[in-house]
Amino acid sequence: MDYSNFLYMREELSLVAVMVILLLYDLFAPERSQRRFQLVACILFGVHTVLNLFPHEEATAFGGMYVYRPMLTVLKSILNVGVLIVFLQAHAWLESEKAVIRRGEFYFLTLSTLLGMYFMMSAGDFLLFFIGLETASIPMAALVAFDKYKHKSAEAGAKYILSAVFASALSLYGISLLYGTTGSLYFDEVAAGITGSPLQIMAFVFFIVGMCFKISLVPFHLWTADVYEGAPTNVTSYLSVISKGSAVFVLMVILMKVFGNILTEWRGMLYGVIVLTITVANVFAIRQKNLKRFLAFSSISQAGYLMLGVISANALGMTSLVYYVLVYMVSNLGAFGVISVIEQKTGKVTMDDYNGLYKTHPYLSLVMTLSLFSLAGIPPFAGFFSKFFIFAAAASEGYYILVLIALLNTIISLYYYLLVVKAMFINPSESPIAPFRSDNYTRVSLVACCAGIVLLGILSVVYQQISLFSFGM
Amino acid sequence: MEEIRMEYYLIISTLMLFIGIYGFITRRNLLAVLISVELMLNSVDINFVVFNRYLFPDHLEGLFFSLFAIGVSAAETAVAIAIIINIYRNIRSIQTRELNTMKH
Repeated sequence: MDYSNFLYMREELSLVAVMVILLLYDLFAPERSQRRFQLVACILFGVHTVLNLFPHEEATAFGGMYVYRPMLTVLKSILNVGVLIVFLQAHAWLESEKAVIRRGEFYFLTLSTLLGMYFMMSAGDFLLFFIGLETASIPMAALVAFDKYKHKSAEAGAKYILSAVFASALSLYGISLLYGTTGSLYFDEVAAGITGSPLQIMAFVFFIVGMCFKISLVPFHLWTADVYEGAPTNVTSYLSVISKGSAVFVLMVILMKVFGNILTEWRGMLYGVIVLTITVANVFAIRQKNLKRFLAFSSISQAGYLMLGVISANALGMTSLVYYVLVYMVSNLGAFGVISVIEQKTGKVTMDDYNGLYKTHPYLSLVMTLSLFSLAGIPPFAGFFSKFFIFAAAASEGYYILVLIALLNTIISLYYYLLVVKAMFINPSESPIAPFRSDNYTRVSLVACCAGIVLLGILSVVYQQISLFSFGM
Repeated sequence: MEEIRMEYYLIISTLMLFIGIYGFITRRNLLAVLISVELMLNSVDINFVVFNRYLFPDHLEGLFFSLFAIGVSAAETAVAIAIIINIYRNIRSIQTRELNTMKH
């Protein structure tokens, strides 16, 4: 066997190295150096991020099982930065009395889900894709149920694992029918064998239903709100940003590379799903009082916007999709960072608790406002540009009515995002959240998010760099 | 001796899939829900093996896929049962109607 193939899997190998070092450190390091565990974890992961920042040339390994494209480095780097921000935000929670003994597990489980997403994104075969998907979702269930003594967390974990297994069983059934009709599992050979026969269309429907469960598109979104509310807040932010971003990218690559022959069929299906997703999620978000549930519905509707990039299926769509993931990541992590630090210090998560937050926490309110403005797409911030590009991508393929529906929904979303801003700045409150000092890790992460929200839209070089690596049908 | 036709296996596996979906929706006990999901996963394994054996006997892709699928589904079951045990420790019940603290 030719072991040099492993050299193409640079990102995966260095991530595995980080995981093993952290595991050994957590097990064997003496008591005194245990206190620096989180710092070591963040530094190691930062080194991993920097090492893998630069793309190398296109390659396939293991007979086409593993495919490397420069675009993957871009997306993996984006996800790495997101994970780093999540780690910084989780610091305070993991130092608390209940969680401190299991903090090593948090890092290990998070990195294993990330490894699964790496494999899923680089797959050139349905087998590796499936293994990656499951490696991403099984440790995720353990993370969702991480708060062992909280009923809500366990309940969310059960809901997550059962719907995830259900979804992957449906996907697998679709893959098995595809195998039966084409005789191969490699993406290239399956793509060549797809003729659009009724059995293949049925296989495709099974497959896409399973994937829609993972991305939580309407009408397959019912697990999302409960899981987001019950999971620990830092896990929720990870789930809403990192796993969603990678899954949407993989879906786009598979739809373009494998199902290119039945383009009109899947575009029709996605059209309906996108309209439903954006509209239903927006309408439900309006009536939420718990901020984690509120952001759950907001993230469902954002996933609908992401799918606009998928439906366009060209290079512009891919660029704007990756750019959207980047911007959505900094905005959502900013919002979740504020929620997590306030929940950590006071235990309050409903919208009414945020009344008058500006009086006691001007900076936190500012970060939250910037994030929500960016999520809503208000011009000077990055969210506006990402929405603009993704609408442009959909319009370039002639989906004017779809873009119009999405635009109208942006107005609805502005209403509920501003409800939170109104609560913080205008609503009077007799007992606002008492002032406290947030730790330095959280501060660094929030500053990074704010910088991203303000700068990513203005610096056109970011978008140009991404578009250098994109590829279409 | 006459060989069993492929269609019979496919009928069985399709039936198993839909029985699994039905059970997933209607069962009231978390373990029963888990069993239903396992039924769906097993139907996939049958499909892969049968397609490989009857349609593409000179490659082994389907067989390998079903082996991996069995391994992964075992891991999933282990995690799911661990979570269900945790629920039982918290509320002394694994009925789905008790899992309703989060609504609206």
